[in-house]
Amino acid sequence: MEILSRGHGELLAWHDPDEQRQWIAQNKMRSLEDKRMTVAEAVSKFVPDGSYLASGGFGHVRVGMAAIYEIVRQKKSNLTMAGKTAVHDIDILVAAGCVDKVEVAYSFGHELRGLSPASRRAVEQGKVKVAGEISNAGFQWRFKAAAMGIPFIPTRVMLGSDTHAYSSAISVRDPFSGKPVCLVPACYPDVAVIHVHRCDKYGNAQIDGIVVEDLELARAARRLIITTERIVSGERIRKEPWRTSIPFFLVDAVIHVAYGCHPGNMPCLYYFDEDHMAEWLRLSRTNEGVSQYLENYVFGVDDFKGYLKRIGGAKKLKHLRDLERLRAKFRAPWAEVK
Amino acid sequence: MAVAAARTLEDNRAVLVGTGLPIIAAMLAQKTHAPNLLIIFEAGGIGPRVPLLPVSVGDSRTFHRAVMATSMDYAMSIAQMGCIEYGFLGAAQIDCYGNINTTVIGEYDRPKARLPGSGGGNDAGSLCWKTIVLMQHDRRRFVQRLDFLTTPGYLSGPGKREETGLPAGTGPYRVVTQLAVMGFDDETKRMNILSLHPGVSVQDVKSNTGFDLLIPTTPKTTEIPTKRELQILRKVDPVRVVLR
Repeated sequence: MEILSRGHGELLAWHDPDEQRQWIAQNKMRSLEDKRMTVAEAVSKFVPDGSYLASGGFGHVRVGMAAIYEIVRQKKSNLTMAGKTAVHDIDILVAAGCVDKVEVAYSFGHELRGLSPASRRAVEQGKVKVAGEISNAGFQWRFKAAAMGIPFIPTRVMLGSDTHAYSSAISVRDPFSGKPVCLVPACYPDVAVIHVHRCDKYGNAQIDGIVVEDLELARAARRLIITTERIVSGERIRKEPWRTSIPFFLVDAVIHVAYGCHPGNMPCLYYFDEDHMAEWLRLSRTNEGVSQYLENYVFGVDDFKGYLKRIGGAKKLKHLRDLERLRAKFRAPWAEVK
Repeated sequence: MAVAAARTLEDNRAVLVGTGLPIIAAMLAQKTHAPNLLIIFEAGGIGPRVPLLPVSVGDSRTFHRAVMATSMDYAMSIAQMGCIEYGFLGAAQIDCYGNINTTVIGEYDRPKARLPGSGGGNDAGSLCWKTIVLMQHDRRRFVQRLDFLTTPGYLSGPGKREETGLPAGTGPYRVVTQLAVMGFDDETKRMNILSLHPGVSVQDVKSNTGFDLLIPTTPKTTEIPTKRELQILRKVDPVRVVLR
């Protein structure tokens, strides 16, 4: 195929498809094993320094915050993060100094709440390197190519833009239509963390609501940590196998963490904790504020249970459940302060 | 702005929406002249009955009582297939061909301001039939030359989108700001004024635009919001997160 243009962004987390098949054959177990462990064990085992990390869900929706905090607690470093639809997950990791390189589709922003003070500052001061740009669909389709076991997948996005120029995509002339198409390379994160609604001890996981990119990400990631609101029996999974979003043989660790997405939104269960988000956005305007926040909510607690007490305990959690069910009045403290 | 934006959406069409004002405009359209407007969120919410303003384009409100709750792959694929008429975008900078920047202000390697990046913007701008940009109107934003071309408009003029391989017949349709509603000239693909908001003069718009806008001899005046539209907006954004 005629190559029309090459993006000059860094090609990250790509493997030759045969190399990847060998890795899968040797490293992913097909036996039914009890994979339950603590979040501390999972992060210690599966998130080495220097990894390319991806977070499932959508930045602050159905994200594995318990694992994110543990990465900070264990002071992991030199991580590269997939800034796929990254919001609070990446903001914490960049501010804490764990992530120093990002491939950006959407990062450094907190959606409606505004720009993320800490991670923006880190990029503008040169502390974090942006390795390349891409679009949301581009990143989603990088995972899709990986999930299909193919080296790239053709798309019609990014053509003609600087996003393409700064990406690792390559445009070619499609031999069928004669028109240019944009090839995005497969992306195999070293490790992904995905938070789900239900999972059995073997790793069979069910997700309620939108799956976002997780059906593909679960296959693309070499190591997969699942944090789950509830552990269910294997029989419960087998009763309705069409509800399985992620099969056990892709999973390396299963961790039971109720409310494990706080302060994010866990669809069908609890909404965002906007007071907590406002506190983070306010404190993270300065490095001292970041340290204060991390001391209070990460280093100053032994585990996630301790964290949940700090953020307001049972009373707060009930309020977040009510918000999700539209039974409580929504407030946006960060909008009021603006 | 929300009302003018809502009025650009025809009934029985699909719209890919982003955070904030785009969702509000789509919700308003759905509750007024376009009850069958199919709202689609890039994270997978298809045809929701949005109860109140979502904080995230991926949160639970975006698939509330939806017809389908699926994946980003699905939502973006149907856009790529040609199912989605409108894409709503925001922008930090825009040029005369409707190309927009949401990536960096200043030099790429040491930016004055690092913005979030394309997100779903490049996808909407590449794949939807018609894109509608909602943004503030001033000289810092309406520029001669973008610092970074995140999302393609008409690139450098007629025929260029098709030449680069973007789907034929797609491109920017409207730009809605606090001053005016703009469109794009059929022949030259350059931005032109369609209507000025009440109280806004041609000079106001010119002095806030850093490039030559095409100006019709008698620009229309944007119709003011009706009482009913305003009532609905207050219901949709009760804590005034977006609306001022």
